[in-house]
Amino acid sequence: MSDTYLNLVNSGFTKKLAKQLGLPQPAPLRRYRPGQPLLEGPTLVLGRGADAEAVAGLLSTTWDLEVHRHATPELRYAAVVVVLTEVTQPTDLSEPVLAAAGALKSLARGGRVVTLSRTATADDAPAVAAARQGVDGLLRSLAKELRGGSTGNGIVLDAAVGVDAPSVVGALRFFLSTRSAFVDGQLLTVSSAAGTLPTSWERPLEGRVAVVTGAARGIGESIADTLARDGATVVAVDMPSAGEHLTTVANRVRGTALQLDVTAEDAGERILEHALARHGRIDIVVHNAGITRDKLLANMTPEKWDPVLAVNIAAQLRINEALLTSGDFADEPRIVSLASTSGIAGNRGQTNYAASKGGVIGMVRATAPLLEAFGGTANAVAPGFIETDMTARIPAVTRQVARRLNSLQQGGQPVDVAETVAFLASPAAGGVVGRVLRVCGQNMVGQ
Amino acid sequence: MAASKTTTPAAAPRALVLGGNRIPFARAGGKYAHASNQDMLTAALDGLVARYGLQGERIGEVAAGAVLKHSRDFNLTRETVLGSALSAETPAYDLQQACATGLETVVSLSNKIRLGQIESAVAGGVDTTSDAPIAVSDRLRRALLDLSRARSVGQKIAAASKIRPKDLAPATPRTSEPRTGLSMGEHQALTTAQWGITREAQDEIAFASHQNLAAAWAAGFFDDLVTPYRGQSQDGNLRADTSLEKLAGLRPTFGLGLDTPATMTAGNSTPLTDGASTVLLGNDAWATAHGLTPLAVVVDAEAAAVDFVHGVDGLLMAGAFAVPRLLARNGLTLADFDYVEIHEAFASTVLTTLAAWESETFGRERLGLDGAFGTVDRARLNVHGSSLAAGHPFAATGGRIVATISKELHRRRTAEGRPVRALVSICAAGGLGLTAILEAA
Repeated sequence: MSDTYLNLVNSGFTKKLAKQLGLPQPAPLRRYRPGQPLLEGPTLVLGRGADAEAVAGLLSTTWDLEVHRHATPELRYAAVVVVLTEVTQPTDLSEPVLAAAGALKSLARGGRVVTLSRTATADDAPAVAAARQGVDGLLRSLAKELRGGSTGNGIVLDAAVGVDAPSVVGALRFFLSTRSAFVDGQLLTVSSAAGTLPTSWERPLEGRVAVVTGAARGIGESIADTLARDGATVVAVDMPSAGEHLTTVANRVRGTALQLDVTAEDAGERILEHALARHGRIDIVVHNAGITRDKLLANMTPEKWDPVLAVNIAAQLRINEALLTSGDFADEPRIVSLASTSGIAGNRGQTNYAASKGGVIGMVRATAPLLEAFGGTANAVAPGFIETDMTARIPAVTRQVARRLNSLQQGGQPVDVAETVAFLASPAAGGVVGRVLRVCGQNMVGQ
Repeated sequence: MAASKTTTPAAAPRALVLGGNRIPFARAGGKYAHASNQDMLTAALDGLVARYGLQGERIGEVAAGAVLKHSRDFNLTRETVLGSALSAETPAYDLQQACATGLETVVSLSNKIRLGQIESAVAGGVDTTSDAPIAVSDRLRRALLDLSRARSVGQKIAAASKIRPKDLAPATPRTSEPRTGLSMGEHQALTTAQWGITREAQDEIAFASHQNLAAAWAAGFFDDLVTPYRGQSQDGNLRADTSLEKLAGLRPTFGLGLDTPATMTAGNSTPLTDGASTVLLGNDAWATAHGLTPLAVVVDAEAAAVDFVHGVDGLLMAGAFAVPRLLARNGLTLADFDYVEIHEAFASTVLTTLAAWESETFGRERLGLDGAFGTVDRARLNVHGSSLAAGHPFAATGGRIVATISKELHRRRTAEGRPVRALVSICAAGGLGLTAILEAA
């Protein structure tokens, strides 16, 4: 689905007009292509202490980026990384934040700002907690000020997690790269040093077998493509009635098609049987299959309520149960489930859908600990407004408004969701457990 | 010791059915009205490739065919392979044996596997009556060929002047028998009368076919056998809500000119249908290497033909002769089969075949046995429905039957842990019949 408005405000006379009228000016986002350099320009790493040094070392030595430790005026930075893990009181924020401020004025288009900080807990000294929690508000506000397709995201480290933990490194790379084009204003918590860094950042899923439900079209199709691009062998699952598209997807990603209604009692067993017989293992399950039956609650019927809960959450729980009891889902397994901003902020007419998606968030939080012993994780991805066949059916004016209600002032693409799924499914993300990562361009609604 | 060049006979490999895929069958003029044979066969083959992860794979050989074929489709199967997700280095050939085409591709490829010539194969068939070839009249064709060979203006005028307005009428495709001029339905009407098959018995066969097929669809049995195509996600001819009353209300369409009452209707005869099917075959080693579960073994096959032009046997009765020979060779009787699949070209084809086997006279005089050949337990007959409900895209029927019953054989064997067998019989134009034995692997 093309965004005509976005095209207009980025070319010729209409671009000038939009600027003079002060209209929203969404910038075309750069997306990931294999072989693309991580960053096209220098990176500024701010902050004092060993953590900042370690991060600067990672970027300059391991990733071979041009790293500056002090802002050079007028220089166009591709990224600014602010390391705030060692702040102990709110006034500690002043120096690094104000140093970043200078660099933001000349941040490159599609630039990246990433903060690293620590989780504020009730056990912290009040000043420490204040400084740490301050980063949350700082990052979310900063992200709202960025323009030109730039994004701001934060990594929050739980106690005892070092900046060199695989998931911190993985998240940093994800946020710096174009893979996170539509992820904005988000803070992702890393709770442990679990996970392993990939041999190749281009094919982090090499040798892994991934099951994607709802893979025939839209976001699911893009997830199948993206996981396969990252090296995974994909089992593409969808309703028998969607078989024709599913065939196209499975043949394109050189995986296998499994026509299956996820609400079937034995869906989990059939998924396991297929993956193990054909591919010898099962490592990743992406619960993407989902439906909507919108209706105001006052007019809600069992026909509209029950199927939504059955497909969007009950089926996932049943499949997870089969995975967990099989003993075959035990080598750093990954469950990634599709939630929705509706499940976080609520949406008029979507009580059923929001209940199911809120359910997903609760489910991954409670499922993750069950997988931890095997180095496994369960996480959710919450898409905001994504350009799909589903959102194309929204009335034109409503759609135009919905697109602009985020910091990037545009809808995301299915691939943006898929990239985030791929990150959470990767071996490096082993320390991200039971979380929800939003792919919404920092939508105004909810957290 | 010096290596000798003589070949050591190894145990013959088994030919296994590993799976199948077809597109839902559609009534002629329906959703596939504008799909060609190649389009449909490619869809069925690509669905098979997707289900079994065969992208880029060099299969031993692919054989398929169509009964109604455009002259441009002279290399239909190879062209289909080239347009599919299989390796372009997969060899292929076309095969045609009227409605037995699909089963014959299974039989001949299985034989190659048993001989060790190939390790894997895809058998298939396709037919469209919606996109059937329309030929020009023989007179017009000759004139146009003469015209293309003509050099001078004079020769050209002479060739063109031979064309008469009536030559311009297209020669529509016919399925009638070239030697008798009778359609298949009229032939079967003669056989139906010969054996005294009632209207009620035929309607019961048709009713059971729809009931059984509908139940299989409802149970999800076809989830891994069929891939939707062009918006058709179930067999278009299936009438889950039909009843014996509805069937009894239909007007007879064949045998109207006979002395006996006409009993064959649109309800107990197969409609013109579009569709395609494929079957994946391989030996044990290939199946293991690809993580595929063998469903059934292709044990043996027998073809027969009847002299319907001069003899007493009906056009579609060859199966009645092939099966006794096939079973005798394998030391089996009808009672040894858990499933019997008799292609429902017409309900009465099934009934006349069963009647012949139950007849003392037919057994003694025509089969040379001591008495009747035997009885088929109706509970074992066409248990997932057959052509009356699913429709009958001629060359695609064999693949439909083989894939469906192979899955059922495997299911039954897994459940009961004992050998399970199926008998398949398909009648065809020209007085042909092809039969085969499948056993759960």
